[in-house]
Amino acid sequence: MLTIIHSATRRVPIWSVYLLLTVPSVYYFYLAATGMLSVEPIKALEHKLGEFGLQLIVFGLAITPLRRHLGLNLMRFRRAIGVMTYFYISVHLLVWLVLDVQVLSMVWQDIVKRPYITIGMLAFVAMTPLALSSNNYAVRKLGPLWRRLHKLVYGIAILGALHFIMLVKGFQLEPLVYMGLILLLLVLRLKLPKPTFFRPV
Amino acid sequence: MAHRWTPDLTDAHITPEADFLNRRQIMKGMAGIGLSGIGLALGATPSVAKTNEKLNSWDEITGYNNYYEFGTGKDDPAEHAHRLTTAPWSVTIDGLVDRPASYNLEDIMAKMTVEERIYRLRCVEAWSMVVPWNGFELADLLNMAGVQSGAKYVAFETVLRPDEMPGVSYPVLDWPYVEGLRLDEAMHPLTIMASGIYGKDIPKQNGAPLRLVVPWKYGFKSIKSVVRMTLTDREPPTSWNKANAREYGFYSNVNPKVDHPRWTQASERPIGGGLFAKRKPTRMFNGYESEVASLYKGMDLSKYF
Repeated sequence: MLTIIHSATRRVPIWSVYLLLTVPSVYYFYLAATGMLSVEPIKALEHKLGEFGLQLIVFGLAITPLRRHLGLNLMRFRRAIGVMTYFYISVHLLVWLVLDVQVLSMVWQDIVKRPYITIGMLAFVAMTPLALSSNNYAVRKLGPLWRRLHKLVYGIAILGALHFIMLVKGFQLEPLVYMGLILLLLVLRLKLPKPTFFRPV
Repeated sequence: MAHRWTPDLTDAHITPEADFLNRRQIMKGMAGIGLSGIGLALGATPSVAKTNEKLNSWDEITGYNNYYEFGTGKDDPAEHAHRLTTAPWSVTIDGLVDRPASYNLEDIMAKMTVEERIYRLRCVEAWSMVVPWNGFELADLLNMAGVQSGAKYVAFETVLRPDEMPGVSYPVLDWPYVEGLRLDEAMHPLTIMASGIYGKDIPKQNGAPLRLVVPWKYGFKSIKSVVRMTLTDREPPTSWNKANAREYGFYSNVNPKVDHPRWTQASERPIGGGLFAKRKPTRMFNGYESEVASLYKGMDLSKYF
């Protein structure tokens, strides 16, 4: 089974992953512009883009545990997923800024006054160096620092889910499910120390 | 009877929707067949327009709703509310009243004067609509039950039917949904119980068969599908206040100067403007300041928000 998946995925060119992951954003914009997303397309579009970004983060975080625990290797796609996460969160932010809030002075006010927006912005800012260093040149140039830098994504994912939890009204399950998934994927990374009971002294 | 309110939003000059143009025909038709259902949406009072605010369409009003008993998505109520049984229906009016009873909806409607009220609706989430309700003044209903002198508040309750309401299996709020008004707010001529929209029976996603409409307060105060009203002498608990007292106060008057902790209330987005809809400034008491400001004279509205 795994070998079939591996030989199939090996033939998938990376550019097609970028292309494929662009499709939802174009589709959402099309729906929003034609009135098919909602009678209030601005919030709907903003939420769709943010949610897809969060789903990509979860998917990206799943790649290492999938390999370690199930032997499924999708490492080839990790960079594309990471870069496209940044794309979705950037567009999400732009829709919020340009279509939703509209007034630039209010954007800054919102960022400093509303904790869920502060947290969302923090996550976006932290993602920026990761997106910028998602190329072979940066990997070579940064060396071991690159790995440490990209561990930032763990915190970013938690901030992203927190941003979602904080913005809903009432007690809602969906954002908690994202947080749960993210925490689970992070826990699966922990290398538990080997039991020490029988170690000869 | 309460003193009658003269509408500032009427249908004569505002951009009409096709639905609305047909309204009078529909109503004639309804009268002819003895009224559809129990004929809740009856009567209209045409008058002179003083505004160019645009009415929202039937599809907008009935397709974009907050009615968490049917799900938290804006389109969930339109999708699931059809499961709600709205006939037979009765409203229990009890507490500090002379004639506490479970009143049959037909009996209530037979005694009430239904008129058209075009009101602005401002959601606490900073979007807004203009809705042509059909309804009667709550004061008339309360007077029917006979309000006793000790009564100071009215507590309202929405129907709770887990079999018909998929949303109540999640603890989004502490069900059933409850709301409350001070008695003077409840008796104010602007405060109505709506049974129709655009001259048709009110759709289930909008709170059929009978809901409160308090146009100067955030939308969540206008409790839907009401089954109980209790006159009390103390401030009743309200659902959103119980869920988050810091964000939702008992009064919840529309106030551009008091922000929601998570977003500004200074402006709002009118529904129906599409992807490039401009925000517009929110008005004090949602534009009903001259009618209701006196109710809150001397109150610090940033404290009693």
